[in-house]
Amino acid sequence: MATGANKKPAEVRLDRQDPEKIKARLLAKYPPKVARKRAKQIVVNKVSADGEVPVISSNVRTVPGLMGQRGCCYAGCKGVVLGPTRDIINITHGPIGCGYYSWLTRRNQTDPDSSADGHNYIPYCFSTDMQDQEIIFGGEKKLKQAIQEAYDNFKPKAIAVFSTCPVGLIGDDVHAVCREMKAKLGINVFGFSCEGYKGVSQSAGHHIANNGIFKHVVGLDDTVKEGNYRINLLGEYNIGGDAFEIERLFERCGITLVSSYSGNASIDAFANSHTADLNLIMCHRSINYVAEMMETKFGVPWIKVNFIGAAATAKSLRKIAQYFDEQELTDIVEQVIAEEMPAVEAACADVRPRTEGKRAMLFVGGSRAHHYQELFAELGMKTLSAGYEFGHRDDYEGRKVLPDIKVDADSRNIEEMEITPDPERFKPRISEAKKAELEAKGLQFSAYDGMMTEMPDGTMVIDDLSQYETDQLIKMFKPDIFCAGIKEKYTVQKHGIPLKQLHSYDYGGPYAGFKGAINFYKEIDRMVSSRAWQYMRAPWQEHPELSATYAWE
Amino acid sequence: MLLRHTSTEMKERSALTVNPAKTCQPIGAMYAALGVHGCLPHSHGSQGCYAYHRSALTRHFKEPVVAATSAFTEGASVFGGQANLVQAIDNIFSVYNPDVIAVHTTCLSETIGDDVPQIFAKAKADGKVPDGKFLFHANTPSYVGSHVTGFASTTKAMVDYFAETNGHKTKTINLIPGYVEPSDMAEIRRIAETMGISTIMFPDTSKVLNGPLTGKYKMFPEGGVTVEELKQSGNSKGTIALGRTASLPAARALDAKCKVPCEILGLPLGLHGTDSFVDTLRRMAGVNVPDALNLERGQLVDSISDWHQYLYGKRVAIVGDPDQVLALTRFLVSLDMRPVHIVTGSPAGKKYVKSLQEAVAEVPEEVNIKVPGDMFLFHQWIKNDPVDLIIGNTYAKYIAKDEDIPLVRHGFPIYDRLGHSYFSTMGYRGALRLMEKLLDAILDRKDRDADDITMELVM
Ligand code: SF4
Ligand code: SF4
Repeated sequence: MATGANKKPAEVRLDRQDPEKIKARLLAKYPPKVARKRAKQIVVNKVSADGEVPVISSNVRTVPGLMGQRGCCYAGCKGVVLGPTRDIINITHGPIGCGYYSWLTRRNQTDPDSSADGHNYIPYCFSTDMQDQEIIFGGEKKLKQAIQEAYDNFKPKAIAVFSTCPVGLIGDDVHAVCREMKAKLGINVFGFSCEGYKGVSQSAGHHIANNGIFKHVVGLDDTVKEGNYRINLLGEYNIGGDAFEIERLFERCGITLVSSYSGNASIDAFANSHTADLNLIMCHRSINYVAEMMETKFGVPWIKVNFIGAAATAKSLRKIAQYFDEQELTDIVEQVIAEEMPAVEAACADVRPRTEGKRAMLFVGGSRAHHYQELFAELGMKTLSAGYEFGHRDDYEGRKVLPDIKVDADSRNIEEMEITPDPERFKPRISEAKKAELEAKGLQFSAYDGMMTEMPDGTMVIDDLSQYETDQLIKMFKPDIFCAGIKEKYTVQKHGIPLKQLHSYDYGGPYAGFKGAINFYKEIDRMVSSRAWQYMRAPWQEHPELSATYAWE
Repeated sequence: MLLRHTSTEMKERSALTVNPAKTCQPIGAMYAALGVHGCLPHSHGSQGCYAYHRSALTRHFKEPVVAATSAFTEGASVFGGQANLVQAIDNIFSVYNPDVIAVHTTCLSETIGDDVPQIFAKAKADGKVPDGKFLFHANTPSYVGSHVTGFASTTKAMVDYFAETNGHKTKTINLIPGYVEPSDMAEIRRIAETMGISTIMFPDTSKVLNGPLTGKYKMFPEGGVTVEELKQSGNSKGTIALGRTASLPAARALDAKCKVPCEILGLPLGLHGTDSFVDTLRRMAGVNVPDALNLERGQLVDSISDWHQYLYGKRVAIVGDPDQVLALTRFLVSLDMRPVHIVTGSPAGKKYVKSLQEAVAEVPEEVNIKVPGDMFLFHQWIKNDPVDLIIGNTYAKYIAKDEDIPLVRHGFPIYDRLGHSYFSTMGYRGALRLMEKLLDAILDRKDRDADDITMELVM
């Protein structure tokens, strides 16, 4: 468990240092209460023989004043999960800022021409821009009018409304307004109570978004899309075109993508996504709820995949083949992997002399800090320390800890939907016997083992990293690359250490799939070999002596 | 098409903002607070706001933007944020040790009605504020005003909290630069220094948000106005406030509090804007304008005459913050260009609209003005009546690309180009740079559109 009962001398070293000492140094400056809290969120990893890992405190409140990476519930709901869908008009109900900052900043690419109607509202920002009179007298009237104006100007097929902090406090009934406007306009209108103060991070917003899509959209259209091997891809947001690369591989393998959640997605695809035969989960944290609910209600099983890293991509494709268990698919998958890998291997071999042995740290999101360790491993790089911004214990320790997670006050206010099998449409996609057979062959259903089980002993796992800890880690380890987000980017780079943004990819990508792996190898090669870091000192700072002899002869 | 649903048909909208040309108060508050030396801005609300504001400022400046948050959860939202803020103050001084914490409220803490001065008193009573450290705050609810208001209120709070007077006036002149770039602040000060005038400028983000790469990260960089200077500002001979919407409240407050007389000018952008700044400085300080500045002015006038033919009559659409838009409009008109569609996102009042109307009075065609408006309306105007050039922030590039019209980036935010934090558009030099940008955009287009027969080598 968390700390060994009897103190043994630390044998595990991390980059020639004692990780327990590093942990103590990270905590030294904190006021005692803060130190106690953070001590449970900073864990030196140790994987036991039977795969047990230490407990890490996570999904808990951020300490005020400590300067962490997290955003809010609204950001998780509107920004992350619903934002990438192109054909819903997403109206932010609140003052102007919340909507403004989530306007085009997450780089969700989309291909509007892949839908017949060509709708695409991603480049737009819609807001009720609440003024003080609405804060005083309520904003429902303005919201109603705003929905009407969105309809009049754009004639969309769906409108979604996202509540920001003040809305919850003044008590606007967003859902009643949506119901009324839905009846009036005859299009789907639905709301999300995703006020920023809910939960402790973006994570609450993911959950609320999942609930809302499931309640208002999934199952509205029972048309079964033609095609073999019909799957949904969940938790892939098409940042920098990742989903396009994965779609390319599906197409090559003859796998039919019914819906993605929610990169390059359309609301029409959500509506009949329950007709798919398998759900694949990329980002477990943000989307596992939809998968769970779809399984309970419609009988669609889910498996965890990861398309970050070439080996992981191959493994994920093989898992799909294993599930459908047809020779034809297995053969195509093997053929595609065999055809794609040589280019990947060549690119990797090209950069490896410069990346081998280099050291990385990753602090980002709820899945990427885990997934990107794959790519670094392929480059021969070591991950010294990693952690999530808004992960839960199951993302760190694996879903087996789910029964042990206590529901605290901050999680209790996020609705857990009661889902029961649909009387007509529930249809288990595979029999229990078949499932058991596949499990015996190693295919795990509804399983995610978390990040820590795959990290070496002695690596430091840190949840909700603070700016102070970032600074200290950098000073103590001088890693060769640090991965985080835009807020951390330049505080780290001022130390002379490159930071790769793993939310926005620094406006590059795709990094998923085989082509993505190649892009990533080249990018990391560029970053760790950049000449820029050599220029920080001027010649006269290196050699300040004035009496140097002139050397121009 | 990027903005494929924007049609030429203009429908009345009273409730829905589409593609805003403003953002919220706290980001302006955060930006202003970063212009105080050793200051950590603090967002009193949920952590989402602070994360968004830090991200947006970071994207614009490509520099560390540090700030802290009270990290409200639902409990704090119901019971008030006192405990969170007191704890935050304690943690910030223990861990990060700034000289000053500048608290700004958010929509959430404002709606709850948190009383920040009372919380400060509690933090002090509890011994959470070490000796020699300072707190100040501004109320910045975003359901009023815009990012410019937040900047203005925080700048005013510097006066409210710190300015003092001992009754002895110094020769120093206070400069309140307005919501401009770090490079602009440096240039405004340079002009005054060239004239031999001692100044106190606040806020001052130069050397804070355009710092060097040295391999050493300093959370609190060299730049910024010090608290000592802010105290001294009450003894200055006079104040020049640049930009009514961003700088007037602070200048008026200083006059009321310490009897420092003030002049409220437009931004020193363009020939006339800079003339009026230099002339006011000269009179207020009682100095002569040095030859060096006359030379800069002369070079600008020279270039205007040299390049007039390419600027003359060009139709321009401008979107941005009020003070910037007014100054730009005046500059363009002085070049015989024609601003024809003008939108500010921020509200700015009737007086402002009147100034704008006066600025375009001589434009020989009808001019569309909307204060406040949004970029959707702006785009519709352009669609209905195309222009030769667009001036706006990075978001305007979606319009520029769809309509195939050259864009000159100006204002906030600029997420996608280098330059704004290093090269000023203020003063005579800045006007020259701005003209260079206008001409580059116009002439690049002319070259692109020229056929093989009419292509010109010399322009
Ligand atoms: S709640 Fe208010 S302060 Fe926070 S981001 Fe939204 S508009 Fe800005
Ligand atoms: S106001 Fe609330 S919803 Fe908006 S950004 Fe801030 S924390 Fe998020």
